[in-house]
This record gives sequence, C-alpha cells and structure tokens, in this order.
Amino acid sequence: MKESKRAFPLADVLPGLPDQHWASFVLPLAVVLGLALFPFITGKDVHRETMFTVLRAIVMAVSLNIILGYTGYVSFGHVVFYGLGGYVGFYLVSEKGMSLWVALLAGGLAAGLLAWVIGAGILRLRGAYFALVTIGVNEAVRALIQNLDIFGGPLGLEMNFSVYKAYGGPQAMLQMTYNILVGLAVIAVLLSYAVRTSKFGLGLLAIREDEDAAEVMGIIAPKAKTWAYVLSAILPGMVGALFFFRNGSIEPHEAFPLHISIEAIVMVMLGGYGTVLGPILGAAGYQVMRAFLITNRYLKNIQLTVSGVLLLLIVLFIPAGLIGWLRRRIPASRRILL
Amino acid sequence: MTGRKMLALLLLVLALGLVLGACGGEQATQAPAAEQPKEEVTKAPEQPKEESTQEAAEAGKEIVLTIGFTESQTGKYNVSSSRQVKGLKLWIEQTNANGGIKLSDGTVVKFKTVSYDDESSKERVQELYTRLITEDNADFLISPYSSGLTAAAAVISEQYGKIMITTGAASDSIYKKGYTRVYQIYTPASRYLTGAVDIIKHVDPNLKKVAFVYEDSKFATSVVEAAKDYAAKQGLEIVLFEGYAPDTTDFGPFINKIVDKGAEAVLGGGHFQDGSTFARQLHEKQVPLKFVALLVAPPEPDFAELGEAAVGIVGPSQWEPQAKYTPEAAKEMGIEWCGPTNEEFVKAYEDAYNEEPSYHSAGGYAAGLVLGKAIMMADSVDPDAVKEALDNMDILTFFGHIKFDTSEEAHGLQIGHEMVYVQWQKDGDTLKKEVVWPLEGATAEILYPKP
Amino acid sequence: MMESVISFLISVTPFLIDGLLLGFVFGVAAMGLTLIWGVMDVINLAHGPIISLAMFGVYLLTVTLGWGNPYIALIVVAALALPIGMGIYYIAVNRVIDAPHLSSLLATYSVNMMLMGVMNAVFGGAPRNIEYSLGTIQIGESITIPTARLVAAVAAAGIATALYFFLYRTRIGRYIRAVTDNRDAAELVGVPSTRILALSFGIGTLLAAFAGGLIATIFPFTIFEGSKYELKSFVIGVLGGLGNPIGSLFGGLILGVIEGLVPMFLETSWTPVIEFTLFVLILLVRPTGLFGGKS
Repeated sequence: MKESKRAFPLADVLPGLPDQHWASFVLPLAVVLGLALFPFITGKDVHRETMFTVLRAIVMAVSLNIILGYTGYVSFGHVVFYGLGGYVGFYLVSEKGMSLWVALLAGGLAAGLLAWVIGAGILRLRGAYFALVTIGVNEAVRALIQNLDIFGGPLGLEMNFSVYKAYGGPQAMLQMTYNILVGLAVIAVLLSYAVRTSKFGLGLLAIREDEDAAEVMGIIAPKAKTWAYVLSAILPGMVGALFFFRNGSIEPHEAFPLHISIEAIVMVMLGGYGTVLGPILGAAGYQVMRAFLITNRYLKNIQLTVSGVLLLLIVLFIPAGLIGWLRRRIPASRRILL
Repeated sequence: MTGRKMLALLLLVLALGLVLGACGGEQATQAPAAEQPKEEVTKAPEQPKEESTQEAAEAGKEIVLTIGFTESQTGKYNVSSSRQVKGLKLWIEQTNANGGIKLSDGTVVKFKTVSYDDESSKERVQELYTRLITEDNADFLISPYSSGLTAAAAVISEQYGKIMITTGAASDSIYKKGYTRVYQIYTPASRYLTGAVDIIKHVDPNLKKVAFVYEDSKFATSVVEAAKDYAAKQGLEIVLFEGYAPDTTDFGPFINKIVDKGAEAVLGGGHFQDGSTFARQLHEKQVPLKFVALLVAPPEPDFAELGEAAVGIVGPSQWEPQAKYTPEAAKEMGIEWCGPTNEEFVKAYEDAYNEEPSYHSAGGYAAGLVLGKAIMMADSVDPDAVKEALDNMDILTFFGHIKFDTSEEAHGLQIGHEMVYVQWQKDGDTLKKEVVWPLEGATAEILYPKP
Repeated sequence: MMESVISFLISVTPFLIDGLLLGFVFGVAAMGLTLIWGVMDVINLAHGPIISLAMFGVYLLTVTLGWGNPYIALIVVAALALPIGMGIYYIAVNRVIDAPHLSSLLATYSVNMMLMGVMNAVFGGAPRNIEYSLGTIQIGESITIPTARLVAAVAAAGIATALYFFLYRTRIGRYIRAVTDNRDAAELVGVPSTRILALSFGIGTLLAAFAGGLIATIFPFTIFEGSKYELKSFVIGVLGGLGNPIGSLFGGLILGVIEGLVPMFLETSWTPVIEFTLFVLILLVRPTGLFGGKS
C-alpha cells in the first residue's frame, strides 16, 4: 500500500519510473536466467526437470500477480487458463496434427479469449465474491470438458509417441520444451515489468487501492481490469499447452487442479504481491522448499503442514511478502527492488 | 491505455513468445551436434557399468541391476499396489538367494530395487520415474499399479529409452501409442469382461437387459467398450451405459437408473475401492439383479469384508491360486515352461507374507520372472539384447501364457495370457472365492441367479 | 396421458427421495460456511479439511477405539469441534479479520494445508468405511431407503432447527445476529464482538464437523472427501444466500434435488456442469443468493 502512494506522483513522468535504478529491471531477469541456466551448467537431466517445474511456477505466479498483485483481484481459479490452454494446444497437436508452435499460440489465445469473455462479467464482483466466482468458473469449465467427446471426455487425450519424432525424438523434445519455457519465463518478467512501470499499471494500482476513487480520477476501471485479466491469462495458457505437449497426455483433473491456483497465490504472497521481483522469488522459494520437504524422509508426510505454518506466519506478520518487507524496512532498497 | 494499444501489446507478446520459443526450438534441433558431448555425459554412468560387466565377465564377477518402480503406499490403489510389490520383491529375494542369474560368460546378475511412494497420483508418478531413471540410474523399470499411473510412467520410460515391464496395467491404449520398450504382463482390458457375457449366455439364455456402469478410468473404459460390443453381438440389450467419476462414493443415482431401466445384469466397476462401494450399495438398496460382474475388486481376498454384499458377485481375474498351468501343459502347447509351479509360488508367498496371494501379487512376481527370463534368453544385461529377448518370448509360467505383440501398432501388448472368472459363494457361514469360468478350470458351479 | 404421468411420478420418486435426503446433509455442511461468512465476511477455506477431520474422528472412535456406535462418536466429535474452531479463530483469523479478503482467505487456507498435512501423515490417503448397518426401509415396491440415510437427514434437519432457535431465541444468538448486521454498532451497545466472532467460528466448525460425521455414516471417505463438500458448500451458500445459515438448508435441498434428478435425464457427469454454471450465474446476477444474504 505504501509503495503505491509513493509511486503515484510518478504517473506524470512516464514511461518508466525514472527514480528506479536500472538494477530493478536487471535483477528479476537475472534471477530467472540464472535459474534457467543452472541445468545447462550441471548438465544433469534431473536438474532440468526440477527447473522446469520451478520456471512453470514462476510464469504462473508472475502472470497471476498482474491481476492479483497489481489490480487487487484475488483469482482463485487461475489454473483454468492453464488447463484450457493445455487442452486447446494438445487437441491441435495430437488430433489435428498441427505443430507445437501453433499449439502454443492457440493455447495463449484461447486463455486470453476466455479471460476477455468472462472478465467483463465477473470482474464486477469484488473481494471474496470474485474469488468464489473464479473457483466456480474453473470447476464449471473442468466439468464441461469432462463431458466433451472431442476432448476425450473424462479420460482426456493421449499423444502418439511418434509425434515427438518431428522434434528430434523424445530427448531433444524434452530439451526443446525446456528452452521454450525459459523463453516464456523471460517474456513473463518483461511483461510484468512493462505493466508495472506503465501508466496502465499505475491505473491498476489505483484500482487496487480504491476502485471508486480510481474511477473518479478518470481510470476506466472495467476496461483496465479486463485487460489486466487478459494479460494475466495468456502466458498460463501457453505454459499449459507446452506442459501437456511434453507430458504426452492430458486429463481433466490434471489440467484444472485447484491447488495449483492456490499455490500460485501463496508464491505471490511469499515474495511480495504487487512487485516484479517478488513473485519470482516466491515461486522459486516455494518450489525449492517443496522439493526439499517432499524428498526429506521425516518431513515428507507432513510437508503440507510445514508449508501451511509458513504461509500463516507470512500472512499474519509479513503480509507484504519478502520484497514488500524489504522495501518497507530498507528505504534505500526501493530504487533497486521493484 | 486504449483497447487498440492493448491489442497491439497482446499481439506483440504473443509474437515475441513465438520468436523466443522458435529460437529455443532451433537451438534444440541444431543441438545434436552441439549436444553430443553432453549426451555422452548423461550416458557416462552407464558406460563404466557396461565395461564393468565385461570385466566382471572375465573375472566371473557379480553385477547388481537396479529395478526401479513406484508403489502406491497411500491413496486409492493402496491395496492392489502393495500386493503387486510384495510379489515382485518375493521374486527378487528368491533370485538373489538362489545365487542370481548366471550368464554363459560366468557373470552373476543380482537385483536390487529402488522405489518411491506415488500416492496413487499421476502427478507424482512422472516426477518419480524421472528420478528413478536420472538420479537412481535404474537399469530396468516395473510399472506402478493401474493403467492411469502406468500410462504416465510409460511416457517417461520411453522418453529415456528404458525397458518397462508393466503389471497391473491392463488398458490396451497404453500399448497403442507407438512405444517400443513397454511390455504387458496382464491380459489386456479389452478381454476382461467378454467372458462375463459368455457366462450370461451360458447360464441364462433368456436374460436380455444388461447395464454397464463403470469407472471413468482408462482401464475400465477399455474394458466396457470391448465388452459392450461383444454383448451387443451376442444379442443382449444394453439398457444403460454410463461412467462414474473415480472418486464416487454415492452410487445412488446410478443404482436408481439401473432399477429404472429394469436391468437384469450389471457389468462394470473399476478398481478396488469404488467397486467395493458399488457392491455394498447395490446390496443396501436390495436391487433385484440376477448377475453382477465387477472389475478388480472381487478377486481381491479383502472383498470378503463386504460380507453378505459380496455373495454372488463375479469378477474377472488374471490368476487364481487354483490355476492349472503346469509344465506338462507347456509341453502340450509346445512352449517352454519357466519359473516355479503354482503350488510353489502360493506356498512361498504365504510363507513370506502370511497372507493369500491375489492376482496382483502373482502379476508382480510374474513381472520379475519375465524380466529375469529375458535376461537369461539374451544372455546379457544389455537393454537392446533384453528387448529382443522380450520380443521373442513365448513361455508358460504359473501365471499363464506370456507372449507379446510385436507389431508396430500394438507393440508390447500381451497376447498369450487368458482370464479366469471367480465368484464369491457361501460355504456355511464363511465366504469362499470359487473359480466358475472357464468351465475346464472351474472349482465350483456358478451361483445363479445371484441371491 | 394420466397413466404416463403416474408412471413418470413412480420412476421419479426414488431419485427425488435420494436427492432430498442427501440435501439435508448438504445443507448442514454448508451452514457452517455461510454462518462464518455472514458473521465475519470470511470464506473459511479450512471448511473441507474440517469435514474430513470429523469423518476420521468418528472413524477413530467407532472403529479404532471400538465404540461401535458412530452416532455417539458423532456427538463427541461435534462437541470437540467447537473449541477447535474457536482455537482456529484466535490463531489464524483474529489478526486478519479487518484486513483485505486476500489475507483471511490465505489465513484459512493455511489452516487447510496444516490440517491436510497432519491428516496425510496420520491417516494417509487410503479410504475408510464405517461398517454400521441399520438395515433398510422398504416403501411400496420400488423404494428402498437405507435407514442410515434417513437418520442422517433427520439429524441434519434437527441440528438446523436447533441452530435456528439458538440464533433467534437466545441472548448469544441475538448477539451473533447483531454482529452479523453491524459489528461496530453491536460493539457500541456492549456486545463482546471478538468473543462472539470466535464463538461463531466455533459453531461454524461444529456444524461442518457434524455434517462430516453424518456423511461418514453413509459413505466411505478419504482425507480428500471434505474438499468435495467444501465446493458443494460454496454452491449451496450462493443458492441459499451467503451469510444466511438457515437459507443454506434450502440451498442444500435444491442441490440435493439437482443431484437426484439430473441423472434421470442426462449422464450423471453433467451434474457438476449444471451446478457450477448455476453457481457462477447466480453470483453474477444476484450475489446475495436466491433467498437473500445478509442485509
């Protein structure tokens, strides 16, 4: 909340935030690229697989942050975009024989389109009502797809293994999809930064702080909110298409798991909502912690409890998240940490 | 910002995504040259092993192969999965205790296992099979339990070119995805309930109305789709054909429909938990059915816990302790016999675990047996040689006939093995599981109509 | 014509009875959620795990400890749920009661994670079933009702009635309603609002636990079972009016009838499509619900 008050006078000196150090732009990118390069350095497949999960979480969290962190709308069913993108992309590749590139594009478009269509309606609801309706949308879409024969009904779709031949065989495909994900993660960060530092982004922050006042100040809230929603939906849709292509099969309960949405919210909160760097650190931190807990012999069964305690402590005592807390505590860091 | 500007930004993002993605893609397609050394790096752990195999050969040393798999220690597949793993582990213990498998060059092959709990969840399975292959350097893989989990695991094993023997994974579709190193022990799902239709025709030619109520899982769907076609061909009227969600606990709506449509027989079910619940609720609601055949649950010894609700329920089984496969039968069929006799297996299993083996236990043991036999036939632990041996395998075991499809469309599909059908019957106050079909192997006459 | 109507009625009856009986239980499951929402504007995302926990509580007492009778266990579990719920309130919710919705959603979700983690460690994911048969009741030729379902419906209706009298006929009930309407005003006239909030959270938890225990007497369950009923409770809450606990009973009955009747005409798998579409539409058109939410 503090940062937006501080950021507001900047509205007239755009584009970009001139009092922001260049590091505030480089830092998020450097973190993502550093993580992405890690498997290349070690050359181990298992690290690439781990990093795939981490980068996927980063894209989800960073995208979600646009509607959740910048605009203040708690989307609990954000995974609907991931699942829909996954289904559309998978369908095109496996049933229509199209290429992965078309699938990625279509997955992103389908997700964006869904956000645009429902956004106008559901973004009128505020607070918990919005959270509830996003859960409802996710469940309704999941249940609907379960009944659609072209998407394979409850069994979902499977890909013939020979599809991967066109991409140099399964091993090359695993590497290629990883590289694409790195690209998508970079785009997510650039997008997040661009929105945060644009006039559009400041408008969103204004909506978050006080929607009615923002309207009075001339920000056309419904339009801005809808576009924020669309922007936050596209990349999850593309990641969904990418992930399920790699996965080789897609099923309704895998494509729309509510807990992925909620985990993404947790990641945003951990790192600091409404910041660029926060969701990245939150996603990486959460995934690393989860990987540690799940493979730890003693904590494996109780891992959810540990995560839950951590989440509660953050919600109760550092609701601004890591970056928000640092910015508040160390004012000098504000120029660098955005 | 105006809508048009936003639209432009959107398109820009999408375009940028494609460009960056495409770069990534090109990198990958160009990669083979650049990646060559790295692939060697990933292969490196195997290289020394093969060398050590040869060294071992010269010295007549012993090598220990790692068999990797996941087990559903928790979750919906717990009962069947743990039996399967017990069976497999019994084979490994026996083999190692008997001094391993001896190759002609004097090498002794022994086995160890690495396994994780997959929590009956597909999401976990892929993560864990990747780990088994890349971290634990598993040499050969055994599938998890259930078709759904196996389909997920098979993607990974094929991506890394590992041989996986599947057990507890009957769905035909897994073997029709173009895989080349996945081999099925079980009779495929499409042949699970066709025998139940034969039973109906045999005991009551007048029975007409059949309802199919089945779990929406890969396995059950493959089963009922094949059985439905067969039933229609046999002149039965299919009054209901509907799937239920795997986590269904309330079968009320389905039972009401069964009654409403006047079905005389019900075929279907899915896995153990839902099948047991379905049987219990059919009994609770006192649905007047003459014949009920359910998948997976009835052959499990635990099904007896249902008490009265279990009586008369028929189920297809991959194997039963009373099975009649013998070395003599192998001779008659003109194929090789392999492994222990049925009595030996049942006794060893009961001694080891103090419980009766179910067909899942036998399947787990058979998976190990087939892998061991393939290594013997190949006279090598080289994956390519073992694959060739599996392709050529044609043997009879206590579990039944094992032979794999080697066509391109359905590579690895089991084409040798046959099902038997069991029914729970009352013997005084105790429940007994009897083999009722095929008639040649029957231990009791079928109870019809179901009480 | 008349005959076909009669034969339709005959075939519809079993579907309808099943749906209505379950509807009462659904209603009680949702009542806890809507009570908490009404009193303090918090959507309790720990609702599902509390339902599951109650199921396992009843299982532990009935089967593991060998009490044998799940209904006695149910009362004990529900009684324990009250202090547990109040504890959850003081630990997780009290500090964020005036914060934006995100905070309270996440705070209750963190409780959800903790409970799920503990249940996963203690019970694992395997299904449980309480074998306690009360037999069946036969009405006419075509209707067979397992007695346990009838008992569950009656018990659910009973506790709903009790809640009504508690809210409208007792002093504390009036306090709760006062806080629901306007917390600041209630505090001005001397209502101890924090304690009332905690008590309401406790009662909400008790209702969820009661419903969970009832469900455990009729269906098998896993630790994930509660989340199914949490989602149903959202739908019911919106049908009956969020913040209107008595409306939940009607919402539950509507949902029960939908679940009972839809399978007659469509494949059962269309039921959730219809439920959630209805849910979204009602939220969009009339967020206070069909029967009106809190004023």
